Amino acid sequence: MITISHYLVLAAILFVIGIFGVFLNKKNIIIILMSIELMLLSVNINLVSFSSYLGDIIGQIFSLLVLTVAAAEAAIGLAILVIYFRNKGSISVDDINAMKG
Amino acid sequence: MLIMSILFYLFSFIMIGSAFMVVLSRNPVHSVLFLILCFFNSAGIFLILGAEFLAFILVIVYVGAVAVLFLFVVMMLDVEFKSLTSSIISYLPVGMTIGFIILSELMLVLFTWKREYVKIDLDIMEDQNLYTNTEALGLVLYTDNILYFQLAGLILLASMIGAIVLTVNHRPSAKRQSIESQVNRDSKNSIENINIKPGSGI
Repeated sequence: MITISHYLVLAAILFVIGIFGVFLNKKNIIIILMSIELMLLSVNINLVSFSSYLGDIIGQIFSLLVLTVAAAEAAIGLAILVIYFRNKGSISVDDINAMKG
Repeated sequence: MLIMSILFYLFSFIMIGSAFMVVLSRNPVHSVLFLILCFFNSAGIFLILGAEFLAFILVIVYVGAVAVLFLFVVMMLDVEFKSLTSSIISYLPVGMTIGFIILSELMLVLFTWKREYVKIDLDIMEDQNLYTNTEALGLVLYTDNILYFQLAGLILLASMIGAIVLTVNHRPSAKRQSIESQVNRDSKNSIENINIKPGSGI
């Protein structure tokens, strides 16, 4: 029998893999964007599993909004990436220090 | 119920494995393809949970748009990805530390969480048999949550404008339509009478 704990553990593991991706790939910013997508996906699994568990459809509405924001974020992030590569010729995270942050 | 358990474990193990491959793969094209595999399996998970519309949307939007966008960018950028994959070892301690802290916190939350009732009916929405999942979602989304729906549209519009403004490439040499000069054109300076003698060229 699959309970809600199974889904929550799956979402937690996926979220932590996303965090690993952000921290381990300090060079390649595309992998970092994909890791953020993985983390948003795990949040979606959480929302949908609770929606199904509680019998309340509002969790799926919220998951739809998260999906929208994820798509917008990916589009903007990739646009910034393309324009940065066109200007600087590199996408390494270590080279992005123009603002001395 | 057994088939549901088998499907859940199948989808979730493939999903976790492909998520690991997204993070650890040397070639970003392989990473994007594993991301697509991960999205497909999570669509399967959503189907098990009874959220069919979100499963369709996940396949259509994520696999059809976002992952293909990633694939385009990865293939368009002329980067030596070999130079980008070094020094995983140097970031391993801080990454492992933060990852394990967050994983242990999530597990603590999960295992100390007191459930109200133990009986779990995961397909409670299908028991009503009144509406399908898509109909129920539409009935709630377009009535009670119309503000969120329109805000989502606004976010998409803003991101579309932002992406276009960021990546538009103005070349001065390109020939463009100049509406101002077209409108200001009149017959005085655009028509010219030339008296040509017979037998001679212009």
